[in-house]
Amino acid sequence: MKMNRRAFLGKTALVTASLAAPAVLADGHGKPRVVVIGGGAGGATAARYIAKDSKGAIDVTLVEPTRRYYTCFFSNLYLGGFKEMEDLGHGYGGLAASGVNVVHDWAIGVDRDAKTVTLAGGSSLPYDKLILSPGIDFVEGAVPGWDITAQNAMPHAYKAGSQTELLKAQLMAMPEGGTFATVAPPNPYRCPPGPYERVSMVAHFLKANNPTAKIIVADPKPKFSKMALFQEGWANHYEGMIDWIGEDFGGGNVSVDPAAMTLTIDGEETKVDVCNVIPAMKAGRIAELAGVTDGNWAPVNAADMSSKADPDIYVLGDASQQGDMPKSGFSANSQAKVCANAVRGVLTGSKVFPAKFSNTCWSLIDTNDGVKVGATYEATPEKIAKVDGFISQTGESAELRKTTYEESEGWYTGITSDMFG
Amino acid sequence: MQQAFWVIFSACVTVASAAVAADDLGDAEAGQAVFAQCKGCHQVGEGAKNRIGPHLNGLFGRPAGALEDFKYSKSFQRAAASGLEWHADTLDAFLENPRSYASGTRMSFRGIKNAKDRHDVIAYLRLFSDDPANIPEADPTATATDHDLDPAILAIQGDPEYGEYLSSECTTCHQADGGDDGIPSIVLWPEEDFVIAMHAYKNKQRQHPVMQMMAARLNDEEIAALAAYFNRLEN
Repeated sequence: MKMNRRAFLGKTALVTASLAAPAVLADGHGKPRVVVIGGGAGGATAARYIAKDSKGAIDVTLVEPTRRYYTCFFSNLYLGGFKEMEDLGHGYGGLAASGVNVVHDWAIGVDRDAKTVTLAGGSSLPYDKLILSPGIDFVEGAVPGWDITAQNAMPHAYKAGSQTELLKAQLMAMPEGGTFATVAPPNPYRCPPGPYERVSMVAHFLKANNPTAKIIVADPKPKFSKMALFQEGWANHYEGMIDWIGEDFGGGNVSVDPAAMTLTIDGEETKVDVCNVIPAMKAGRIAELAGVTDGNWAPVNAADMSSKADPDIYVLGDASQQGDMPKSGFSANSQAKVCANAVRGVLTGSKVFPAKFSNTCWSLIDTNDGVKVGATYEATPEKIAKVDGFISQTGESAELRKTTYEESEGWYTGITSDMFG
Repeated sequence: MQQAFWVIFSACVTVASAAVAADDLGDAEAGQAVFAQCKGCHQVGEGAKNRIGPHLNGLFGRPAGALEDFKYSKSFQRAAASGLEWHADTLDAFLENPRSYASGTRMSFRGIKNAKDRHDVIAYLRLFSDDPANIPEADPTATATDHDLDPAILAIQGDPEYGEYLSSECTTCHQADGGDDGIPSIVLWPEEDFVIAMHAYKNKQRQHPVMQMMAARLNDEEIAALAAYFNRLEN
């Protein structure tokens, strides 16, 4: 029953294949080159793991426009007053120190024949393998009356940073007894429990500071992630404050007027004080420009996250269409490690291990009332398929909910050091 | 950093010295019951070995971080370099709040807030600090971790390189540098303890749903590989 390396290798077809043909794809230009676009949970993790594990054998360049990254995960806790904005901020110095060439610029084009990425600053980056992890952009016209020019009046706050701070400022400035509205997005979208954790955090803030205020949620979906847990929590902590209007009651038939600050749900117009519009989403624009999208998302092969449109391009995280995994930071981080292992294998002949994926999403409903949902996944020829999962139960003890929240804080420290070094 | 640590550490010792006179040890018998909460990681008494934490025989007068075959956290290596020795006063301060005393300790323990409990457990530990040859033939205070795992599973030699790949699933939550806040540290555990713990999740004897799910799809070789990798991880 002893397991030595030889026995292990014999068991794994992928491994023997990659060892038999240690293809070093540097095309006569020295070290193989990997360009990663997007420095979030997918891109930062992939860049760091490829640089770290290849020990200098691969040139890794990360293209990310912002100097400082604010995590979307935990940004609701900033709205609730549990975190400061700076708690969510991370620099790229750790990645640079681990050998990643960090370029702060926008990628504006991909030439798949020449295998180059064009940057807004004018330069061009050649690649052997390109990893796209651009996150999300919004579908134009998804919410009638709302477009990017209206995002100051009606913030989306679904890319963390100034939008999140704006929404918090508007929340704090709400008149006594005012109305906070959220327009929730249709599936699939980034962070399935996100809008509902946000509603919980807004309610937490209002309960303490503006207890007669109301929250309206217009939702195009008949049900949502962790619905029973959120509804139980809303009834326990914020009784009578939150009005969730689902598909059955016209929650999908919505328009807004940012100038008048009105929200119309199924023909009925309501004056609102704050309106958080989270429109339908699609892959970050560069995925479309690279020509690897089909509809709103970029289809990928489950075994290595390679694009179905181009074997030299990989797509990670929210932008990818991979199967059963939710669009989350945890998922992107998990996919990035599978991808990094595969890319290293192709470029340097290193061992490629079978893909394993996992995800857990924690949400905070009120102080020390944390819940979670998670699952493990495997690669099948068709998609990333769910293997097993779990979800917090209604009626759990306060002690367990507190432990779950503390666990989420531990996870935040864990994943951010896994992403940024 | 080292200097900052030393300043904090000195302050603690000063406070603690005032609180516990050298001969003001508690009730060793009561301390044995208090020690129950330490037994998951520490052994003491005849045949005690290093487990997740170092064995505690001969603790009194021992410099911190002094056991050669135990891998200490950097925090304790620094404490050792600063000359920390274990006596009633230093143990008292450490046990009251381990994390504030040695910020990077891997001891995932909130501390003992009750002064009498601390003094009792210190008195209990004092029993095992005479010449090891004279350790009384008392009942062993710590037995091998209870398990009914097939010895063939424990005998598997894990492949640390495979463990390194698999570990990327763990480090999303468990910090690779051994830090723990909300999620326990899993680095530098004895391989046997690691394997036993993972199989206990896999067999649903340990209760955590995330860990049950993660362990459920790891086979025996993969668990051994992870144990081998995390046991060797330098931080």
